[in-house]
Amino acid sequence: MSEAHLTSAAATGHGHHRGFPAADFNEEHRVQVGMACFICSEAAFFSTLIVAYITYLGKDTIGPTPAEVLRWPLVIAGTIALVSSSFTVHWANSALRQGDLSAFRRWLAATILLGIAFLAGTAAEWRDLIVEHGLTIGTNLFGTTYFTLVGFHALHVTVGVIVLTLMLALSAKRFVSQQHQVGFEVVSWYWHLVDSVWLVVFTVVYVIGR
Amino acid sequence: MAVLDHPAENVSPPVAQRAPSWATTLDHKQIGILYIITSLIFMAVGGLEALIIRAQLWVPDSHLVGPDMFNQLFTMHGTTMVFFVVMPMLFGFGNYLIPLMIGARDMAFPRLNAFSYWMFAFGGTLTYLSFLAGGAPNVGWFAYAPLTEYAFSRDHSTDYWILGLMVSGIGTTATAVNLVTTILVMRAPGMSLARVPLFVWMMMFDGVLLIFALPPFTAAAIMLLLDRGLGAHFFDTQAGGSALLWQHLFWFFGHPEVYIMALPAFGIISEVVPVFSRKVIFGYESVAAATVVIGVISMGVWAHHMFTVGMSDALDAIFSGASFLIAVPTGIKMFNWIATIYGGKIRMQSPMLFAVGFLAMFLIGGLTGIMLAAVPIDWQVSDSYFVVGHFHYVLFGGSLFAIMAAYYFWFPKMTGRLLSERLARWHFWLMLAGFNLTFFPMHIAGLLGMPRRIYTYSADRGWTIWNQLSTVGAMLLAVSFLFFFWNLFVSWRRGESSGDDPWDAWTLEWATTSPPAHYNFEEIPIVRSRRPLWDLKHPEDPDWEHE
Repeated sequence: MSEAHLTSAAATGHGHHRGFPAADFNEEHRVQVGMACFICSEAAFFSTLIVAYITYLGKDTIGPTPAEVLRWPLVIAGTIALVSSSFTVHWANSALRQGDLSAFRRWLAATILLGIAFLAGTAAEWRDLIVEHGLTIGTNLFGTTYFTLVGFHALHVTVGVIVLTLMLALSAKRFVSQQHQVGFEVVSWYWHLVDSVWLVVFTVVYVIGR
Repeated sequence: MAVLDHPAENVSPPVAQRAPSWATTLDHKQIGILYIITSLIFMAVGGLEALIIRAQLWVPDSHLVGPDMFNQLFTMHGTTMVFFVVMPMLFGFGNYLIPLMIGARDMAFPRLNAFSYWMFAFGGTLTYLSFLAGGAPNVGWFAYAPLTEYAFSRDHSTDYWILGLMVSGIGTTATAVNLVTTILVMRAPGMSLARVPLFVWMMMFDGVLLIFALPPFTAAAIMLLLDRGLGAHFFDTQAGGSALLWQHLFWFFGHPEVYIMALPAFGIISEVVPVFSRKVIFGYESVAAATVVIGVISMGVWAHHMFTVGMSDALDAIFSGASFLIAVPTGIKMFNWIATIYGGKIRMQSPMLFAVGFLAMFLIGGLTGIMLAAVPIDWQVSDSYFVVGHFHYVLFGGSLFAIMAAYYFWFPKMTGRLLSERLARWHFWLMLAGFNLTFFPMHIAGLLGMPRRIYTYSADRGWTIWNQLSTVGAMLLAVSFLFFFWNLFVSWRRGESSGDDPWDAWTLEWATTSPPAHYNFEEIPIVRSRRPLWDLKHPEDPDWEHE
């Protein structure tokens, strides 16, 4: 976009005037651009936590190690729930764009339930790690990096669930209509971000790290 | 006469009635002024700390403040000047000017804007409250682990440092989001990205840099906080953690931060130099493109702060090469500014005076920077006063000289009054002399082997005379800033009325009244060239016929 304008400016500099190009975005894109910037900053934040996790993989001086305590079934179920929720939130967004408010509320409720299911899985996993295996943030480097990375991801899911629940409550009170579609769309972007971050976390922590 | 605006008479009620409206304001101009005033207060405090540091180093074996207080002073001086003075001052000017320059009524997210300011004000205050709680942060503005781990820093001073910077850092990230969005979305009709003033270009890239560089710092600060508060082991070497990871993460933020403070300064210079040379900027496209190149390279040079920690030779070579490379786009900008001045009808009024001061001082800082980018020289002088001299030439000689140019240039827009030229000249010449007298001898003291951060030295080292020169220079600097503050105060009360466009400038902020009405523009202007106000003033010979 900026390159395109620079080129056109260079062209006009040589005497080929091309009228008056309008601004690159309309004001209705304001929320979208803002959310895109925020998502970039969030990606930089999580990248740092992931770099720290990878840096300390296998550097532990004492156990337990990831292979000894991380269990597949629960996390795979949670991953399926979270990945599915990216689809349901997308369908909720499409329904809102078409003005089908009851379908919007159904898909939104499904998204919230899938998000809560994922958080319940994380809670169960943490209980297992802390109570059964005695792994805390202070036990070793694995505990330190695991609880920080997965904890911050879970915090972001929690914030997402709260926002989506607010939207559902407002929608139930008939406060949400087609004209709020852009607002909901950027919330769905946030949800997709949380989902994408999880896929990286899953790969690093449960596939490579294990 | 305002070209684009016809506001009602400016009747301002007494201060007591206006105070609540300042506390709750969402107007970008008021928030900008709040940023500027708050950062001036922090500047006075940070400058006072520097004076005490210099007083302590006046004679060998001095025990004026002692080692503990000295550590607190240099930590707070660095932290204050970087986070609570230079950055917020630039955001203040950015906040005030960007909507005016791009022909908008406000920033993209006014509430987020107010939130950012209050986070900065609260974060800065929180850091200073540590003085009341037993001791200020004493670990350096870089807070190297493991010194900052609980084992070596048992009081709460480090926690104040982390929390204060995290709070203001969240506000700064929000500012970055706001800046980028405002510049991408809110421009007036016809104002393409190839037509925005260069200050706007550089503030936009500043926002991009912040969006990618600041969150890693926030993450690292959280890691340190978890280490200290919950017994985590990120930077705990005895449990396998790495002190080097802190350095990597800190400088991954800390190096771009140098450019985050420098780019808006470049933007200010790119606005001031053309107006006072009566010429369009030479090579607009190359100045803008160099901004992008500087931004990209600056993200890849952080480890040049770490040549002495023992990385591999290959890494040293890569980071050294990247650091050399950054001199190329910076040199392009210097060339463009000088080419703009060359052959111009130069008016040596106060903003131009400071802009030229910037060019000379920043050049010296850039040259010593190239010296430091050479690994063998860095090994020799790293953590000596040579480095202290170098970065003060870059940050003080660069950013702060440019910011001073901004004060003299835009004060009339903000207040409707001119700053006194006579006081400005006192300020400039005292500042230039004091600055060089303070920081040039530091290079020599450093080459003679004087390390950074020492609270005293013995008389047989041969450093005494250089330290005394620096201390005298610091006093001169302090006097020069008294002229500046006095000028601000006096001119704000009863300065000469400036009119709307005292410098005969060409960008849109001068098309409204001084100070602008709450809504900025009664009618949003239509932009057809890079100098929209020139077009309005000279309908017989508008720029767009030639572009």
